[in-house]
Amino acid sequence: MEQLIAKLKAEIIDALNLTEITPESINENEPLFVEGLGLDSIDALELIVLLEKKYGLKLGTAEEGKKVLRSVKSMAEFIRANNKG
Amino acid sequence: MTAYIRGVAILSPQKTFGDQGFPDDIVVHSGHGFMKCIEPAYRDFIDPMAARRMSRIVKMGVSSALKCLRDSDVPMPDAIITGTGLGCLDDTEKFLASIFSNKEKLLNPTPFIQSTHNTVAGAIALAIKCHGYNATYTQRGFSFESALEDALLQLDENQSKNILVGGFDEITETSYSLTSRLGLWKNHMVDGTKLYEYNTRGSLPGEGAAFFMLGGSAIPGNSVRIRMLKLFYEADGIDDINERINRYLTEDGIDPGSIDLIMLGFSGDNRTDHYYYHLMSGIFNDKPVTGFKHLCGEYDTSASFALWYAWHIIRNQKVMVQLLKENPLGEKINSVLIYNHLRGKYHSLYLLERC
Amino acid sequence: MPKVFVTGIGIISAIGSDAESVRNSLRNKHSGIGKISLIDTIYKDEIPAGEIKATNDQLYELAGINRKSFLTRTALLAIIAAKQAVVHAGLSGKSLADAAVISGTTVGGMDRTEVFFKEYLKNRSKGKIREVAGHDCGDSTERIADYLGISGFISTINTACSSSANAIMLAARLIKQGKIKRALAGGADSLTKFTLNGFNSLMILDRQQCRPFDENRNGLNLGEGSAFLLLESEEITGNKKILAEVRGYGNTCDAYHQTASSPEGHGAYLAMQQALEVARLNPSEIDYINTHGTGTKNNDLSEGIAIQRLFDSGIPRCSSTKSFTGHTLGAAGAIEAVISILALQDQCIYPNLNFTERMHELNFSPSSEYIPDASLQHIMSNSFGFGGNNSSLIISIN
Repeated sequence: MEQLIAKLKAEIIDALNLTEITPESINENEPLFVEGLGLDSIDALELIVLLEKKYGLKLGTAEEGKKVLRSVKSMAEFIRANNKG
Repeated sequence: MTAYIRGVAILSPQKTFGDQGFPDDIVVHSGHGFMKCIEPAYRDFIDPMAARRMSRIVKMGVSSALKCLRDSDVPMPDAIITGTGLGCLDDTEKFLASIFSNKEKLLNPTPFIQSTHNTVAGAIALAIKCHGYNATYTQRGFSFESALEDALLQLDENQSKNILVGGFDEITETSYSLTSRLGLWKNHMVDGTKLYEYNTRGSLPGEGAAFFMLGGSAIPGNSVRIRMLKLFYEADGIDDINERINRYLTEDGIDPGSIDLIMLGFSGDNRTDHYYYHLMSGIFNDKPVTGFKHLCGEYDTSASFALWYAWHIIRNQKVMVQLLKENPLGEKINSVLIYNHLRGKYHSLYLLERC
Repeated sequence: MPKVFVTGIGIISAIGSDAESVRNSLRNKHSGIGKISLIDTIYKDEIPAGEIKATNDQLYELAGINRKSFLTRTALLAIIAAKQAVVHAGLSGKSLADAAVISGTTVGGMDRTEVFFKEYLKNRSKGKIREVAGHDCGDSTERIADYLGISGFISTINTACSSSANAIMLAARLIKQGKIKRALAGGADSLTKFTLNGFNSLMILDRQQCRPFDENRNGLNLGEGSAFLLLESEEITGNKKILAEVRGYGNTCDAYHQTASSPEGHGAYLAMQQALEVARLNPSEIDYINTHGTGTKNNDLSEGIAIQRLFDSGIPRCSSTKSFTGHTLGAAGAIEAVISILALQDQCIYPNLNFTERMHELNFSPSSEYIPDASLQHIMSNSFGFGGNNSSLIISIN
């Protein structure tokens, strides 16, 4: 799980071009949106693309999307639960 | 309507962004290819979280605008108006390419969002939370001029307003390659100091992002105003242009003899530079003449460089030594007339004055 | 300051290739949204759009132009609509030559550029280079000027979905300040693979017919088309038939986010308020709002809240005609201005299709039926674009 989280952090930084942020500085339990990293709706779309491109996972509904994308941890758990990481 | 310049900023192929050395230290183009802007450290102007999505041209436009705002005495403009001939090319190409390479599936939305022409004006408004009038013009050689026309109209409607107006265009490897195939540029090596002497087809491509804060009244001290702006899309030959320029000056009560310096948009393209030669030997025969496209290259909004350059000359009373026509310069340079066209269409005439 | 009168209109869209056929479709609830047939896309059968069922060859014929002229689809649509407006206003020759042309578009000649790029990406020396000569937004405006013999001021605005509303606004302001006497103002945009995929990547395209202002709305349908108004100063119209007056306009910036509108519709509220101020009208005097109403969760909520805040207990009847035409992007402001003028002429309210359930955040619903004898004098038309570019027009008759 730790490896997956580290990998995810790097992938998120890359996908969202967060050039000023290091993987170490991201707390996997912190919210990604509004507070914490302060991502927005466009970032959400980019993360949805990332999940499908890199892990072959589609998000069903907007509600599911909100839950899965809450934090790096929840994203990693979603990937694990679908046996993709 | 007269507009007073309350602040300026420009990113160009010259050292013009801040106190960098223009005009003592001139960058001369040499070789093939295009003139590229000298870029600043963007983090001095743009929050990294905002900058991460921005393509180069958006960063250029936003930095230039924010610097202009900083250097003017205006905390919040009433309007933000921009002009760009080709918009955000890099992201347009990126998204287009991704459509084909990914066969329309799983496309990243960011380049699409960033490809729209009004991205720069929108980003500036977002950065300073400006809810005022916001517009972006895109009409080839009238792109910047349309933005200026709108700004002047704003001042006609309300003299107390402050308008942030700018022009920007970028050149990318792809756009250079495609416009070369369209025959726009010189296909031989170019020495910038000899740009106007080659007598060959094509011009030298360039790019830039220039912003101006315009107001309806002078600021005490060193004020420069735009006294006149005239535009005509097409002309009926060189005599028509001469006649029009004469007429516009007369209608506005301006004696051509009183103008201190003429700035012409020579591009080095022998297909269309004759308009300028005709003027130089006609109504401006006894005037000192300077060019500007050897400094910034040719692009749809290059007149924004000319406007900045003319402002700079009046403010600093300094012109580069290389003049196209070596008529004597007066002791003071209090007025500059700019005439420019884009490949034989989109003619614009500006008069700047010290006041 | 002189009034700004409309003396001619032109329109081509998925619901008709002129004012008469557009009017009939609106009255008879015939939506133009259906399967895409003219674009090479994997989404042909999946994503509905308001496509004009005419190939470029057919558009050349409609425009009366030789195919050898090589025009983009956007330019063809623009010329067709512009010509209609000019003919309608009875203008030609010298009286036309001095007119300004101000147009709005978002993707210009992208319909040809993307054809070029397909080849170019495989091999950088391939592709017919003239396909990209009309790529930029200013091209179609130049084509209009060239075909109509206009040599005055020409310009193009690109403020995303509010482009042609802003074009009309600029033309009106120039006339009011006495800078010009007449102008052809409007916009055009054609359906492209670029915009289809762009909006799809934003996940805001409905796979069904769009449902503006409905609780269960699920996104927008794209459309294409063009519309132009011939605007003339009161000082020169004489005894000419006046179709309507451009009475008010407002342009503000939401400055909230790159693509999303603020939840309280701040920019929208300010734009509508400004239009009322320019028109010197109270909110209660607006008889109908042609909403921006794209059918996205975000826009309709933002616009709905702004309307509630501005109009309070006196919310006028409203509808989104994007349920007929699709979202025609840069052309939307002008297309909906022409539709508003038709509504004023016929004194009717065109319906908001596909509406069944009121949004729970709002206390009003759009008109879902066609309403004749509606007693209309002042119509407000909204256009809100990405980048926070919010514009609102008020069009009136006496």
